[in-house]
This record gives sequence, structure tokens and C-alpha cells, in this order.
Amino acid sequence: MTKQRAIVVGGGLAGLAATMKIAEQGMSVLLVSFLPVKRSHSVCAQGGINGAVNIKGEGDSPEIHFYDTVKGGDFLGHQPLCKDMCYHAPFIIYLLDRMGVPFNRTPEGNLDFRRFGGTLHHRTAFSGATTGQQLLYALDEQVRRYEVEGLVEKIEWHEYLGAVQDEDGKCVGAVIQNLRTGDIRAERGDAVILATGGPGVVYGRSTNSVVCTGTATTSAYLQGAKYGNGEFIQIHPTAVPGRDKLRLMSESARGEGGRVWVPRKANDQRDPKEIPAEERLYFLEEKYPRFGNLVPRDVGAREIYNICVNQGLGVHGDMKVYLDLTHHSREFLDRRLGGILEIYEKFTGVDPREEPMEIFPAVHYSMGGIWTDYNRTADGFIDHQSPRNQMTSMEGLYAAGEADYQYHGANRLGANSLLSCIYTGLMMGPGVVNYIKNQKGSATDLPSSLFDQAQQQWQEKFTSIKQMKGKENPYKLHTELSETMMSNVLIVRDNARLAATVEKIDEYDERWKDVECLDTSDWTNPVPSFVNQLYNMIQLSKVIAKGALLRDEFRGAHYKPEFEINQPSDFKPESFLEYTKLKAERGLKQDSFKPDHLEYMRLYEETNEKWLKSSIATFNGKGPDISYEAIDTSLIQPRPRKYD
Amino acid sequence: MSNKTITFKILRQDGPNQPSFWETFVIPYLPNSNVISCLMDIQKNPINSEGKKVRPVVWECNCLEEVCGTCTMVINGKTRQSCSALIDKLMQPITLQPLSKFPVVRDLAVDRSRMFEALKRIKAWVPMDGYHDLGPGDKILPDHQGVAYKLSECMTCGCCVEACPQYSRDNNFVGAAAISQARLFNMHPTGKLIANERLDSLMDDGGIAACGNAQNCVEVCPKSIPLTESIAEMGRQSSKRFWKTLFQI
Ligand SMILES: Cc1cc2nc3c(=O)[nH]c(=O)nc-3n(C[C@H](O)[C@H](O)[C@H](O)COP(=O)(O)OP(=O)(O)OC[C@H]3O[C@@H](n4cnc5c(N)ncnc54)[C@H](O)[C@@H]3O)c2cc1C
Ligand code: SF4
Repeated sequence: MTKQRAIVVGGGLAGLAATMKIAEQGMSVLLVSFLPVKRSHSVCAQGGINGAVNIKGEGDSPEIHFYDTVKGGDFLGHQPLCKDMCYHAPFIIYLLDRMGVPFNRTPEGNLDFRRFGGTLHHRTAFSGATTGQQLLYALDEQVRRYEVEGLVEKIEWHEYLGAVQDEDGKCVGAVIQNLRTGDIRAERGDAVILATGGPGVVYGRSTNSVVCTGTATTSAYLQGAKYGNGEFIQIHPTAVPGRDKLRLMSESARGEGGRVWVPRKANDQRDPKEIPAEERLYFLEEKYPRFGNLVPRDVGAREIYNICVNQGLGVHGDMKVYLDLTHHSREFLDRRLGGILEIYEKFTGVDPREEPMEIFPAVHYSMGGIWTDYNRTADGFIDHQSPRNQMTSMEGLYAAGEADYQYHGANRLGANSLLSCIYTGLMMGPGVVNYIKNQKGSATDLPSSLFDQAQQQWQEKFTSIKQMKGKENPYKLHTELSETMMSNVLIVRDNARLAATVEKIDEYDERWKDVECLDTSDWTNPVPSFVNQLYNMIQLSKVIAKGALLRDEFRGAHYKPEFEINQPSDFKPESFLEYTKLKAERGLKQDSFKPDHLEYMRLYEETNEKWLKSSIATFNGKGPDISYEAIDTSLIQPRPRKYD
Repeated sequence: MSNKTITFKILRQDGPNQPSFWETFVIPYLPNSNVISCLMDIQKNPINSEGKKVRPVVWECNCLEEVCGTCTMVINGKTRQSCSALIDKLMQPITLQPLSKFPVVRDLAVDRSRMFEALKRIKAWVPMDGYHDLGPGDKILPDHQGVAYKLSECMTCGCCVEACPQYSRDNNFVGAAAISQARLFNMHPTGKLIANERLDSLMDDGGIAACGNAQNCVEVCPKSIPLTESIAEMGRQSSKRFWKTLFQI
């Protein structure tokens, strides 16, 4: 049998972790990436990575981490995966430490941990404020070692266009384009892993990097793979406005004591430092005494929206609030947050060590992604040997990292993404190798007609893109699409506007046909590639917008005021557990709870029965059909969230 | 504000062996612009100052917050990242040129593979027994971490080698960035295990001896990495190794 190999597309944290784990088992890997992997979007991650190491002796544990994660995601996460991930988190942090990641240290030389949103524990290991960069480099170095040993072949400046499928629909390779020469070719692979990151660029300006168009996963969706929870897009509460990008001010700023406030008086024109404490509204601390500035992101973003839009208290009347670190010493700030403070200073010209920062919410992360599978054990963990782990609905095609969908439910907790990326990459390794070894032959032995056909199909597609001579500038059309998404599918969602958005996106789909391919040369020409990506972004927007339109509830980042059920302020989430228990024992009476509590719990239960499900988009040739799939919630009983 | 404009003079080149030429673009001024947002504006309306419709300019970028190292170019004669080059702080016309020490791919995009190859040469990694659970790593004191962290911020952007008089297209000098990475791995508790292999590679042709001590690198590094300190340290380690091998001790 000719040599088998895996193709990994994407060299962010997820792709590199998968590559090194697969290579460690002696299996060859072809690693394909748009850019040199060391320049992947993962470098942007600032704040840190979660793992309940309990270094501060606070009684933290993987089980509490698991609970915080599932609760943070409003119970839409797949529990066995979340559990397995949280239980592996301390090991992952140790592994990274052994690899040479320069994590910050305690005076005694132990790993230091900081606080992050959605938890009351110090659980986030960090490397200054450039943790993603440091983690990515460590994995990149390990992969380079395998490259030198010959187990990994890395091809950069190549874009994944689509999967090669055999007659049964099984994925047996990938069609890729050399971004220098423009050549398109089909590569054979016994398994293909998409670790291609998130789709923030659908919204135009976001905290994401330029290559985060979601084009690879959308391509899989267009080829028939299921796409899960598309409507769950995370809006990060604290970013800095910019013309090309909305630069993030990491949650770690609040983890290190940063305070969010606005002047109590609307449109107060005073210099923020001249506004005395009693005239400042620390609205998160006031409303959420327990979690304060570290409420989860969906809650934080909604509160900022409320303060600025509903109450008109935004700084200078704009959609902006202060994020204030000026009470800390410069030395402390430089040591723990240097990276992000430099970004703020460099791009705004204001020193955040002296002046409160002006920040606002921005599109940040996609909880949704390509649908993937897993195999749980009886005790609620994951069987790491199973070839089903992380496999999409197309046999042989896998997904990992921000590209997948099961871990973060309706809202991701800060510092859980670096974890889920590395975890999925490592966890899936043995299963992928088993899958490949279980194949009867190698993809190399398959008839070349399969590959020639796929290659030809894509070559023809690009030839026709290059011949597009319409009136639309693709970059301008993208701006229009993203502005539509930004105005209508963001923090607060409304059915009438969503319905109009779905129609609007169909118009963009039509207008795409009238695009002009501005550059038709062959050598290093990014325009045809962008035109293709734009098509995919339009298709993905439909998934996001239609998913949002159809989901008539309020869950995590998906907020529809029309369907909000108001939690009584004196309600305790544990009551719900009692309520369901009484119900099961047929002991529930009208007076078991206060009437407003009872009513609230009935509504909560009703909502969950209908909506505590993953939304699944499948492509019908024109747009998405949306259906709903049950999720495993057997380990932690879903209950109302509360952070005050 | 409405008739304020920004003028760019861009050194363009259609491909590796093609002639280069200057092209001027005049675009409307918008507040808070940087070089990349302007290049994006040109994409949306690719018309040069003579009113002629041209191919959009090709350049590379990704993170737009100066951590990925992709968008390095020569802006008004200075090597830097284009994302953090704010228009309000630049003299006009703004000239954009590709890095000169690397082969031009097209327009402002260059091929910096040589820098990544140098990382292979100096074995810039920590050798490991495996990726399974082997418990925590060594304790490391904060001061040590502080030094390692600074070195580890290198984003392979190429500013240092662009500024270096010794680094040229026709020699094989590894450059300051790689030397500094060797220092980083030689100070790691297990990275140290192959310290001698790294020193041997630095003592080879194109290694540390090629440094002419011009000290330009440290001036231009956007991450303020103490490159001259790293070069001196690796110089010390290399001569120690040299004498040790000579006397077989
Ligand atoms: C500013 C910012 C700060 C963040 N901070 C944190 C944090 O502190 N903690 C945390 O846990 N999370 C954080 N996140 C989230 C986290 O960084 C990302 O979710 C994570 O890095 C995604 O990693 P990935 O491996 O899935 O994908 P990426 O790192 O995005 O990598 C994708 C890879 O795929 C390649 N690729 C993409 N499309 C194609 C294609 N079509 N063909 C070929 N290659 C392709 C790219 O070149 C790249 O190599 C942050 C995110 C942002 C934006
Ligand atoms: S040492 Fe500095 S200038 Fe040189 S590549 Fe690294 S970050 Fe860039």
C-alpha cells in the first residue's frame, strides 16, 4: 500500500496542534496554509488560556471550569466535549509550558494565573498580553521540527478551495490553489482537516484578521457538510474603533482590575480624569456585584448597548464607554498587559496608563461552525481513539478550532478558545490516525480521474471568475454586505429586520454575478481569490441571518428582546433544579414557589424544550435549510443563568 | 475636510523578473487612516493619479495590529509595519516600497522564506519526549521569564535584516532575528539540551561571524528586542564552545 497521509488545512493553533499530534504517531501530514503559519490569526489572542490548575488555592477544579463553560454558553455546548476539554486543560497548559511558552510566573516560579470573564477563579494562564502569539510560536516550532525530520510537508501561500470526494461522497483529498502562480491542483489525502478559523470578515471590520473569511468551512457547507449554530456570533464588549480593523482590548484588562464606566450625566464633555468618582456610573459593578466587570461577553456587550443606546449615556453621546486602568502603576501594567496597551497607544496616540481608554463592542468570534461529531464514554468523557471525533458530516473531512461548533454553545467564555483550539487538535489526532489506518487503501491508489475532475471543475470556476466583467467592485460589494450584517445581525436582533436582511443578502447574491474581476493576470493575483471568497461570505451570511431569524428565543449572544423572559430579581437558579425534581416526583404545587418564579420557570422550561438544540444548516442549492438537533445535556442540568 | 487628499507613490512590479515602476495614487483623506486602510480604499477604486484604471496594488497583511509581522514594507524610506503607519503622522507624498533584501513577489509582497529557513538551521525549538501528560515543566523565576518573553515576541517581520548592512540577497547570513532566537532556546531549561548544535550552526558559514556590529537592527526592531545583547551573548557562547572543542574539554 502506498503511503497514507493526512491533509491539514490551516496552521493556527488548531491546525498546528493536530499536525504535531498526528506526526507524533508517525503519520505524514501535508500542512496547507493561506499564509506562513506563523502569521496565522491565532497570534492576535491576547489575554490567555484557561485551565483549572488551582495555583492560587481557591478550590478551583476542572469540574467547576466545566460548569462555568457550559453555563457561559447558556447550555448549548455539547457537554461530554466540554467536560473532556476542561479536564484536559491543566495538562495542556503544562504541555505548553514544557514547549517553552514564556508564561508569566509567580514570585516562586510557578505559572501565574489571572481572572477572566464568566468565572470567579484565577484560571487563565498568560504570557504578557500576547498569549496567542506565544502559543502559536511554540506549536510552530514543534511542527518545524517535524518538517526538518520529513514527516510534515508544509505548503504556504496556498488556499483550500474544496474537498475531493469519491463516488460515495467520502473526502479523499483537497483542491488547493497556489496563490503565487495561480495554479490549481488536487492533493490526495486519506483524511482532510479544516482548521481554518472563524468568519469575522463577513462583518467587514471586526477584531479578526484579514484572512478570517470562513471561506473554507463555507465551501464544505456548499459541498453538503452540515453547518451548526451559525447565528451565534460573539460580540466582544471592548474594542477600539478603527477604519480597517476594530482592535481588541482584551478581557484581561478587566481581569487585571480594569473598570468600565460612563459619566452619570449624558454627554458630559469633561476630561474623564476630572470627573469625580461619585459622578461616574460603574454600571457593570453596580448591576452585577458578584461578577462585576467580568460578566460574560454576551452580558457585557448587551449592557454597553443598553447604556449607550437605550440610556444615551455613551461617552460624548457615542457608542463608547470608558475602560479604565489608570489606578494601576505603570510597572504593573507593562508587565502584565504591555502588549495590548502598546496597541492602544500606537493606534490612538493616547497612553492608556494615563487616560481611560474609549472602547465599544465589536464582532469577535463565531461559536458556530462546521458540524462535527464525537464519541462519548459512559462516564461522560470522550473516547480519544474514535475516528468519529471532530469528523464533519462528510466522511473523511474533519474540522477543528474556531472552524467547528460544539464547545462554546451560545456564548464563549474568554480564554476558552485557545484551549478548545489546542484541545481539539490534540484530541482528534489518534482518531484521525485510526480512521486513516482503517481505510482499505490509500488515497494515492485511487484512480486519477477523481482528482482530475475535481481539479478541472475548480479551474473552470476560476476561469469564469476571471472573465467576470460586470459593474460591481467586489471590495465595495463586500463592504455593503458587511454593513448590512453589522446593522442587523448584531447584539440586538429583531425579526422584521432579520427578514429584510435575508432578502437583502439574496440581492447581494444576484449582484455578485455582476462583479468585475479587477485583475485578470495569473501571477500572485488576489482578486479572483477574493471574488470566490466573497461568494462564500454571501452564502455564509445567509446561514447566519436565517438562523437568527428562525430562532425565536433569547439565548447567550442571540438576543431577541421580543422573546426575552424576564428573570425575577430575587430568583435563584437552583430553584429550577428543585422545580424539575418536584415535577418529576409529581410533587409540584401551585404554592411550591412564588407565583412569578413559577411562571418564569414554566416559560424557561418551555423555551428549552423548543430551542435547547443546535441549529443545523444544510445547503439546498440556493440557500440554507435549517433544522434542529438535540444535544447531550446529561451531565449538568440546564438552568437559568445569573451573574449578579 | 472634503477636498483633503492623501498622495501615495508606490513602487510596483508585476512579478519577480519584471521591471519596477512608480505609480501615484491620490485618494480622499479620511480621519484615522493608516497605510493599510488606504491600500484597501485603492482596491475599492483602483484609479491612479492620471485617472487611469489600474490593477489594485498587491500587498500582504493579516492581523492589522502589529503582531503577525506580515505587512512590513519601506514607508517613506523607513522599514516598518504598514498597519501601524498612521497617515496623520506621515509626510506626503507617502512612498511605499517592498523590502529590498528579499525577492519581490509582486508589488509590495516579498518572499521572506529565508527567515523561516534560518529558524530551521538554528533548530529554534525545544526538544520533547512527547505530547502526552508528563506533568508540569520546570519552575522559572519571573526575571528569567521576562527576558525570554521579550525575545519570544519576535514576529519574523524582517525589519532588522532589512536594516542590516551585512544581510544581502547574495549571501547566507542568518541575521539578527535568528541569532536572537538561538539565545532564547539556549536559555530554556530543556531547549538547552541541544545548545551546542545551535552554536555549531551559528559558528558555521553565514553565522554569527558575519555580523559587522553596525547595530542598525536594534534601532528598527518594532518589538524593541535587545538584538545587540543577543548577538553579544551568542558570541560569548560560541567562543566558549570554540575553545572548549579546541582543547577537548
Ligand atoms: C483579537 C483577538 C484576541 C483573542 N484573544 C483570545 C484569548 O485571549 N484567549 C482565547 O482563548 N481566545 C482568544 N481569541 C480567539 C482565538 O484567538 C481564536 O478563536 C483562535 O486563535 C482561532 O484559532 P484557529 O486555529 O481555529 O484558527 P486561526 O488561527 O484563525 O488559523 C486559521 C488558519 O487557517 C488558514 N486558512 C484559513 N482559510 C484558509 C483557506 N481557505 N486555505 C488555506 N488556509 C486557510 C490560515 O492561514 C490560518 O493558518 C482572540 C481572538 C481575537 C480576534
Ligand atoms: S527581531 Fe525584531 S525586527 Fe527582527 S524580525 Fe524579529 S521582530 Fe522583526
